[in-house]
Amino acid sequence: MTAALDLVPIWTIILALAVFFYVALDGFDLGVGMLYNFAADRSARDVIMNSIAPIWDGNETWLVLGSVGLLAAFPVAFAIIIPAVYFPVLLMLLALIFRGLAFEFRFRDAEHRTVWDHGFAAGSALAAFAQGVVLGAFIQGFHVEGRQFAGGSFDCFTPFSIFTGLGLMFGYALLGAGWLVIKTEGPLQDWARVLGRRCLIGTVLSIGIVSLWTPLLAVPIAARWFSWPNIALLAPVPFITAGLVLYAWRSLNNQSEYGPFLAALGLFVMSYLGIAISLWPMIVPGHFTLEQAAASPSTQAFLLIGTLVLLPVILVYTGWSYWVFRGKVRADVGYH
Amino acid sequence: MHLDPELLSRLQFAWVIGWHILLPAFTVGLASFIAFLEGAYTLTKRPVFLNLSQFWLRIFAISFGMGVVTGIVMPFQFGTNWSRFSDVAGNIISPLLAYEGLTAFFLEATFLGVLLFGRHLVPPAMHFIAAVLVAGGTLSSSFWILTTNSWMQTPAGFEMIDGRFFPVDWFAIVFNPSFPYRLAHTVSAFYVTTAFVVLGVGAYTVRRGQQLAEGRTMLRLALWFLAIFVPAQMIIGDLHGLNTLEHQPAKLAAIEGLWDGGRSVPASLIGWPDAAAERNLAEIAIPRVGSLYLTHSWNGEVKGLKDFPPNQRAPVAIVYFSFRIMVGIALLMLAVVAAGFWLMARRGLDQSRWYLRLCQFSICFGFIGVIAGWTTTEVGRQPWTIYGLMRTADSFSPSLTGSNVLVSLLLYVAVYLVIYPVGVGVMLRTVRSGPLSTDEATPIAAGRSKSPVEALAPATPEATP
Repeated sequence: MTAALDLVPIWTIILALAVFFYVALDGFDLGVGMLYNFAADRSARDVIMNSIAPIWDGNETWLVLGSVGLLAAFPVAFAIIIPAVYFPVLLMLLALIFRGLAFEFRFRDAEHRTVWDHGFAAGSALAAFAQGVVLGAFIQGFHVEGRQFAGGSFDCFTPFSIFTGLGLMFGYALLGAGWLVIKTEGPLQDWARVLGRRCLIGTVLSIGIVSLWTPLLAVPIAARWFSWPNIALLAPVPFITAGLVLYAWRSLNNQSEYGPFLAALGLFVMSYLGIAISLWPMIVPGHFTLEQAAASPSTQAFLLIGTLVLLPVILVYTGWSYWVFRGKVRADVGYH
Repeated sequence: MHLDPELLSRLQFAWVIGWHILLPAFTVGLASFIAFLEGAYTLTKRPVFLNLSQFWLRIFAISFGMGVVTGIVMPFQFGTNWSRFSDVAGNIISPLLAYEGLTAFFLEATFLGVLLFGRHLVPPAMHFIAAVLVAGGTLSSSFWILTTNSWMQTPAGFEMIDGRFFPVDWFAIVFNPSFPYRLAHTVSAFYVTTAFVVLGVGAYTVRRGQQLAEGRTMLRLALWFLAIFVPAQMIIGDLHGLNTLEHQPAKLAAIEGLWDGGRSVPASLIGWPDAAAERNLAEIAIPRVGSLYLTHSWNGEVKGLKDFPPNQRAPVAIVYFSFRIMVGIALLMLAVVAAGFWLMARRGLDQSRWYLRLCQFSICFGFIGVIAGWTTTEVGRQPWTIYGLMRTADSFSPSLTGSNVLVSLLLYVAVYLVIYPVGVGVMLRTVRSGPLSTDEATPIAAGRSKSPVEALAPATPEATP
């Protein structure tokens, strides 16, 4: 029906955006969750939780859109990748259950508050780690036969994927610290800046090591980055990243309110770009390109019509809800 | 012992969907009820509606949160455990699932945040609109997930190329033959389930003698609603059955426990379907009545299980009994509603302690009915994931071993057995504290305590300076 028009590039952009929105938005939620248990006292924890209580649910919804979007745009990639990361996905889902329920249960099930506090922090940390393992396993690639994953369910746990798991925890925690700098003030904000600096160090080390490790995993990736003229064309990527690191460090140390969060977001954009450059045009590294894995043209067209209308609407009302809940959060007065 | 990854994957799916469906069964109706209460308050300004809305909003927040976290598990099951199904059917089912996310999940999540936390941050009209949008989101979610399920039951609008499904006609896919009936029957079941919860909580509130106005309002709203929806649901169910007879005859034969097809078939009331012997043991049946209610004709023709090879039959006993449980629940529901109206006519509704206790007990009816109905339709679809076209045995992920799935199943079992009792306990506590409780004794933690409480307050400080 619409064979004349190739929609794959459009779907690649939409899916990339959906996954990035998830990483950025639930990333800071999960980061806030990881920092949560380091807070000095209960009133600080109340503020921290209040800073994300009205929006976490919408943020997590991008995970559904990302996974179902992958199924819709590139079904065979979904059918290969998801069973290959069976246990990281399981851990992530169970961790997200505890993290999500803690918002209600911590308050309504007050005699077990400590349990739910730990569930919130540990759930956030485990979900972040599991997502990092999925990312590492994805970069490494999978054992595929025909149109199915043919490896074992534990193949995804390698030193590289464990390391990307830890790295993503630092990255999310940095985003979370940046968010808390925006939403809090006084001693709590100072505390967020201190933790933010530590997370930044961890994040920079992780980005650096993964950047060097990834080309060692596969010859084509090394060739892409280090062959002439690519090495000149891609040189801005590490330089911009270095600039963002400097900006992040300075804004954590001066009085900038939005600087740390925006710099952390910038680091995620550059890392995302780096992975995309390394793997392009594969969606299942080594086996399926984006074009090969694409859903039928009719499927892409049917979903695109609604998506082009609904996605902007979603972005508008999501933006509106952030506007409604703007400003600093305090524990004693809730949202007033 | 040999661990079968297919069987364990089926058990895991049944476990996570079975627990998950209890929540939409409640929240779809409750979202509409809250929107109704907010609307009624906006129009009449009667405080009872506001009190009830705030009370049910507290319970909604808990059940909806549980619905979200158990719901996110679901789409991943298609990938982790049913990857061959995802590959073969992805071109068709994926946009339907994606439209559920795009039209429902973002709407619900965003406007629930406004509903719970934003009463003072947005104008009252916007707060009411937020309630309507959350309710609309739950209905849209039902629409898309049930069209997906219905397409698996009665596939249409596709062609097969190299063993995979490709879309031909999207209208035929979305509005496939069983979809209108399944949508009506399921959403109506969800509304009835919620109404029985409201009935039971209303009865409890009346029986305790406190907050009588709120309790009586809940009791009467629920009874009037159920007086329409319980009979309507039975009629819709009958139509759904006729649709099943036409499009899924093997499933219908299993539901009826009918081994020998033909004209003027009997109606099996109760018995024990013996799949090996291909007959029902200890059966009580009424001659010719089966044809009457299945075809609405005394000598209508119905296919029996023996008309299908054994490897195309569902597990008969499960389908046979779950259907009878569902019908039994429907009859009990009708009796509870009829007794309520009889008492109302005698002006004894609020004083009849046995009836109020019965209403409390009937809170579970809707949930049992939903699970039984869902079991009937899903187990009745076996041995197929896509009825008549793709077998369940060909659908699961080939990389999984039995012990892989056993580990994940045990973890899902353990986690759900923690969170559901806690969730139910927390909701019961909210019910016990009653519609007028202000939560003021409880310190604010998640930020949610204040919002329902303070909506009462803002007028007073200015009014009494």
